[in-house]
Amino acid sequence: MTGAKARPDWAPYLVLPVVAVLALPAMAFPTWLTLTVAGAAMGMMLFLMASGLTLIFGLMDVLNFAHGAFITLGAYVAVSVLGRLAGLGAADSVMLNLIALAAAVLVAACVSGAVGWAFERVIIRRVYGSHLQQILITVGGLIVAQQLVIVLWGPQPLQIPKPAALRGSFIAGGAAIEAYRMVAVALGLLIFLAMHLVLNRTRIGLLVRAGVENREMVEALGYRIRRLFVGVFVAGTALAGIGGVMWGVYQEIVTPAIGDEMTILIFIVIIIGGLGSVTGCFASAILVGLTANYVGYLSPKLALGCNIALMVAVLLWRPRGLFPVAKQ
Amino acid sequence: MPEPALLTLEGVHTHIGRYHILHGVDLVVPKGRLTVLLGRNGAGKTTTLRSIMGLWRASAGRITFGGADITAMATPDIARRGIAYVPETMGIFTQLTVRENMLLATTSGRFDEARLDGVFALFPVLKQKWHDAAGGLSGGQKQMLAISRAIVEERRLLVVDEPTKGLAPAVIEHLIEGFRQLKQTRTTILLVEQNFHMARSLGDNVAVMDDGRVVHTGTMAALAADEALQSRLLGLSLASHQ
Ligand SMILES: Nc1ncnc2c1ncn2[C@@H]1O[C@H](COP(=O)(O)OP(=O)(O)O)[C@@H](O)[C@H]1O
Ligand SMILES: [Mg+2]
Repeated sequence: MTGAKARPDWAPYLVLPVVAVLALPAMAFPTWLTLTVAGAAMGMMLFLMASGLTLIFGLMDVLNFAHGAFITLGAYVAVSVLGRLAGLGAADSVMLNLIALAAAVLVAACVSGAVGWAFERVIIRRVYGSHLQQILITVGGLIVAQQLVIVLWGPQPLQIPKPAALRGSFIAGGAAIEAYRMVAVALGLLIFLAMHLVLNRTRIGLLVRAGVENREMVEALGYRIRRLFVGVFVAGTALAGIGGVMWGVYQEIVTPAIGDEMTILIFIVIIIGGLGSVTGCFASAILVGLTANYVGYLSPKLALGCNIALMVAVLLWRPRGLFPVAKQ
Repeated sequence: MPEPALLTLEGVHTHIGRYHILHGVDLVVPKGRLTVLLGRNGAGKTTTLRSIMGLWRASAGRITFGGADITAMATPDIARRGIAYVPETMGIFTQLTVRENMLLATTSGRFDEARLDGVFALFPVLKQKWHDAAGGLSGGQKQMLAISRAIVEERRLLVVDEPTKGLAPAVIEHLIEGFRQLKQTRTTILLVEQNFHMARSLGDNVAVMDDGRVVHTGTMAALAADEALQSRLLGLSLASHQ
């Protein structure tokens, strides 16, 4: 009963530095630096896309395979917003560029969150408790969403104008670092810190952490957990929308499949991190981002399978992920 | 003069999935008294408590609390009417600190310091471990936390499921003392307990369950005095706990 949790568990915190240091001897330092920043940036974007999903599952045991649709939605909203703000985006001013990007992020968060709210009300709440129904209905929702995107924006890939100044790079440690990647890292860190504060310093956060561990007891203490869950679902889909903006702008091209393509990777991220753990999701997203970049450089042929291999390796070491969440 | 009933179950049936577990439970919990619910393993005690809390839905019968029909109410609404529940599994949030566990049991999000001091007087170890993760507590300390959570604010009824399960005798004595002090505040308590020593030293009234029904109700004094009745109702299952 006791003992297991008495000592803080440092091992999962060491995974990231260990992976980064292991990659260093295999390549020149500037290459390593470029790849590390690229991996961290990719990781931050994965975190944005995945963090909502891990809480949605952790709190209510809901498997939402339509989560990718909110990523797609965010990316298309970015196409529309940045298209309309082309003047700001093309201006040779970091400030104006960031304003354009921030506008896209805000609008995407609102649109995804609003659609997420409707999706929860109409669909998700009918299938609490049944994973099979959840899978069927959310996969169905994903297909419908994809068709709606095609109706609204057309089936052809759309260019997304990456703001001018964020395309540029600067030189650090002999490596060229793209400004946009630093923006992604900064935004990811900011949102991680904000989530951390909300989860650890507010009553709502306390309830979410308690609910992830034992939903029934939270109800027996007098809290209506479904209301809490609606809030988490809306926040989670809004974050997916933000992730979609950042990922779409990063790719500079958006297709109706952009969200589905990420879905498997996102599930890998939340499984490696430990289902329900935001800290785990953060660490695991960066781990996946770094590994993908190092392996992609060292041995491009292995890049495709390396995420799965990573997941298998982590699960063999820790069957419930890097930061397992106690469940009752 | 008998105390008025605070909680009443009338003909409560409960199904868990396809299984018919409770077959018409009748139970009265008088105000200001400690009622012990006894019965062998699998008799349906936990299912009865979970039905009261709305964690299982009664399929027939009526549950009233303080005059209101709570049979079909949602669990949070039942709890907000003033029932504190300590489940058999204790329901401790292991990743939260002791303080955070207690904080969740307050309605305002703030502690009543005087009451908190009373809790610490009962279970001083919780004060020492105030900022530690609850997952690191021993089994007995977890049970103390679970009970403290139920009394950190005044509730109209405490529903406690087998608090001594798996605990060392010294810890059990400590819990008995805690309940004894609670009784002095005239808190109404429904206590499931297999440990007859504890049941006898705390109970005012007793109800005995078997096979999903209440098969005996009366005062604890009468049951404690009547060994023939004890062995008929409780048989070997209690002998092993004495
Ligand atoms: N989740 C469940 N699913 C199926 N049967 C259950 C479940 N919980 C309890 N039971 C059955 O209901 C009966 C009563 O259980 P319970 O109320 O836990 O008894 P007690 O608390 O008196 O030991 C037992 O036969 C048990 O096997
Ligand atoms: Mg039981």
